[in-house]
Amino acid sequence: MLLDGKVPTGPLAEKWDRHRFDLKLVNPANKRKFDIIVVGTGLAGGSAAATLAELGYNVKAFCFQDSPRRAHSIAAQGGINAAKNYPNDGDSIWRLFYDTVKGGDFRAREANVYRLAQVSNHIIDHCVAQGIPFARDYGGLLANRSFGGAQVSRTFYARGQTGQQLLLGAYGSLMRQVAAGKVRMFPRQEMLDVVIVDGHAKGIVTRNLISGQLERHAADAVVLATGGYGNVFFLSTNAMGSNVTAAFRAYRKGALFANPCFTQIHPTCIPVHGTYQSKLTLMSESLRNDGRVWVPKSPGDKRKPSQIPENERDYYLERKYPSFGNLVPRDVASRNAKAQCDKGKGVGETGLAVYLDFADAIARDGQDVIARKYGNLFQMYEKITGDDPYSTPMMIYPAVHYTMGGLWVDYNLMSNIPGLFVIGEANFSDHGANRLGASALMQGLADGYFVLPYTIGGYLSGTSKADVTTSHPAFETSEQEVRAMVDKLLGIGGKRTVDDFHRRLGLIMWEYCGMSRNNAGLEKAQAMIQELRSQFWQDVTVPGSAGDFNQSLERAGRVADFLEFAELMIIDALARQESCGGHFNEGYQTPENEALRNDEAYCHVAAWEYRGSDAAPTFHKEPLTFENVHLSQRSYK
Amino acid sequence: MSAQHLHLTLKVWRQKGPRDKGHFDTLQVRDISTDMSFLEMLDVVNEQLTLEGKEPIAFDHDCREGICGTCGAVVNGRPHGALKGTTLCQLHMRHFQNDDVIAIEPFRAMAFKVIKDLAVDRSAFDQVIQAGGYISVNAGGAQDANATPVPQDRAELAMDAAQCIGCGACVAACPNASAMLFVSAKLSQMALLPQGRPEAAQRALAMVRAMDRMGFGNCSNETECEAECPKEINITNIARLNREFFKAGFGSRAK
Ligand SMILES: Cc1cc2nc3c(=O)[nH]c(=O)nc-3n(C[C@H](O)[C@H](O)[C@H](O)COP(=O)(O)OP(=O)(O)OC[C@H]3O[C@@H](n4cnc5c(N)ncnc54)[C@H](O)[C@@H]3O)c2cc1C
Ligand code: SF4
Ligand code: FES
Repeated sequence: MLLDGKVPTGPLAEKWDRHRFDLKLVNPANKRKFDIIVVGTGLAGGSAAATLAELGYNVKAFCFQDSPRRAHSIAAQGGINAAKNYPNDGDSIWRLFYDTVKGGDFRAREANVYRLAQVSNHIIDHCVAQGIPFARDYGGLLANRSFGGAQVSRTFYARGQTGQQLLLGAYGSLMRQVAAGKVRMFPRQEMLDVVIVDGHAKGIVTRNLISGQLERHAADAVVLATGGYGNVFFLSTNAMGSNVTAAFRAYRKGALFANPCFTQIHPTCIPVHGTYQSKLTLMSESLRNDGRVWVPKSPGDKRKPSQIPENERDYYLERKYPSFGNLVPRDVASRNAKAQCDKGKGVGETGLAVYLDFADAIARDGQDVIARKYGNLFQMYEKITGDDPYSTPMMIYPAVHYTMGGLWVDYNLMSNIPGLFVIGEANFSDHGANRLGASALMQGLADGYFVLPYTIGGYLSGTSKADVTTSHPAFETSEQEVRAMVDKLLGIGGKRTVDDFHRRLGLIMWEYCGMSRNNAGLEKAQAMIQELRSQFWQDVTVPGSAGDFNQSLERAGRVADFLEFAELMIIDALARQESCGGHFNEGYQTPENEALRNDEAYCHVAAWEYRGSDAAPTFHKEPLTFENVHLSQRSYK
Repeated sequence: MSAQHLHLTLKVWRQKGPRDKGHFDTLQVRDISTDMSFLEMLDVVNEQLTLEGKEPIAFDHDCREGICGTCGAVVNGRPHGALKGTTLCQLHMRHFQNDDVIAIEPFRAMAFKVIKDLAVDRSAFDQVIQAGGYISVNAGGAQDANATPVPQDRAELAMDAAQCIGCGACVAACPNASAMLFVSAKLSQMALLPQGRPEAAQRALAMVRAMDRMGFGNCSNETECEAECPKEINITNIARLNREFFKAGFGSRAK
């Protein structure tokens, strides 16, 4: 089946305005008659819930943390893009659009990306009005920096804590609506199913994580803003609770999953150093503005960095990509780091690291300036590793960071299930095969503050209002299914822990579906995952009971979904016989080892339909057409 | 840095739920790498307990990078442990010695009920923010972001205050279980910025009242909060809160 992205007609720059005009409005007096469920209170969900409430809808918002302020978005460090062109360095909406489409290796929908660039400026205006303490120049105006893969300075930031500040802004707005009685907040609740009535999303089933009770919640529309699935790799820069469960359970109910194999491996993270390790820590990419990446020229050189003279170092990014240098996009930087380590030039105890060196920047600008820019990152690095980056180069290595794939949505951010909307990292929409730095925060807030609040109105006003209550049989069935799964997990009583399975899965995915992939490896991984999944259902042990605060049970449910979802990633990777952005199939590369796309055969979104736990999913295709940019080989030379 | 391995004795608070009395359990743990974080050490203990068929220790955590404010426990009498400016998730085992005895308890305060073991309910913080910890602006109407310049030093001071992660260590550290440091951090961020001035008086009154209502104690300048705050939120914010509060009480029409 060919999918219709419902992109409005007309010239690119006018599509969004025209579409907003064409969308039917919900009469202000009627808005209060509609209930909307928002699952997730990160940048996307928090901003959407607050804005929908400001418009007059009744909102129920859910998150699994103890407070909406703690969503994973809080950890974003580097910044948020906008096309303000405050530095007067040639930026524009068009350039931000173009950079994003190109950075995504031409696998995103043009019209969505253009809209994202258009609303980016409103985000900054709104966030400043909310009191977000962005960095400022001496004159008191907003400061900008250049960031991962951009040649203009369009990134706004609040020290190394941009995500925190933006999220606290959205959280403040959300709390204001809670006080106004327009939002009911349900923290420590995990969504475990979407309820569909007559083809429309009408509610969710959740588990109260304190009491273990299953709860039913009905609404006129459901918004998923549940973040990305990077934790399928076990080790990633994501928060420990980040999961695929909400998206995956929607997939099981018929929502299409798009481009699941598009994952982003971030080049600058603290390397892995032990088998007990629970997560990887990102060192913001902004560090690449001043840090220089290098390895020793000769393989196996075990000298201390300070003992390796200048002419025996290889600043390989600067050498290979003279115009972008250390600022090449993430996928390119990551693959190059791996390539150096594969040649035996990696540093540190494991040989799986490269240096990120600030000595030149400190000599040029002084330690004070560097400390002001990166102080908190340097401190975090020192806390974790025990090394001081002011005096010795950092060691970094790529780590799983972001997932471009997600539930399929049309231009209105609605999935193929009417009434089920998906925003933020949980959808697939704007970043193609690779996301540029500082554009996830932009997308999450664009979706939540400025896109969804309009498009959801179009759905609500165009659909006859069916009042479904939680006593509808569909809720009963959903709840029974959820309960059956919980009971099954608790009943296995095997000998291996949930984390043990999760770690195994992570190793398989990192080895065969990580930075570079090949067909033989992917096929092998598929068999290994199936085997691991069947072992899980026979041999996992989940202590405790269903009616209690039971963190092992929470994790077990998530890992069960990861085990099934991982296979979908492999299937998607195998189906895409090309390389593009973060999906690098070794069989398809240019003579310089860059990703080689096949636009004839694969210029499309691959969207998968669930057919059962053990059945192959059905493939659907949304062809991508580029009317405004020319498909070119990305070059960062 | 090369890792060493520690043998430790843990005295961990176990409590089934808010109504359970709770008690300390003593556990011996071996082979703890000094490169582990404190929470990774607890992971190892929990894996061991699970395999022995016992219930693992419940503790809250998420980002494990010191930014979400979810983690926290009192370690040897100090919220988040003894290392200055560090959350529990960022505290590494290299700061402990072989054969150490480590006592681990939940944050205790009237306003924070224990849910289970080390996990506590801090929703009172959300309710204090609901009272006014924001600027009342709807999406859509804002002027250009550069229309109102903010002097750099003010913006930096606001950012210093805005770094609070809402972890609750200040409350756990305070002999009166006061939330003044937390409240003053939010209030200062808003009071320092021109955008926050129109509601400053109302906000100060509302947040302070909400804090009292939620059962947090009074501030008697013990300064322990500042010493234990993982984000090193400065106690001068409390002075600013007091100024704003008095100004609001005497000099404005805010109620
Ligand atoms: C370390 C790090 C640094 C980053 N830095 C940057 C940066 O500088 N710039 C940038 O643009 N991007 C950055 N990113 C990416 C960006 O932070 C994320 O993509 C973005 O914040 C995701 O926001 P979100 O709202 O979609 O989801 P999240 O913030 O992940 O929120 C998900 C929400 O869903 C809830 N949830 C999930 N599952 C369930 C469930 N089953 N039931 C109930 N609730 C559920 C959670 O409780 C949470 O509230 C960074 C990412 C990481 C990991
Ligand atoms: S003031 Fe400090 S200790 Fe208190 S909640 Fe904020 S970060 Fe935690
Ligand atoms: S787990 Fe997020 S601050 Fe410790």
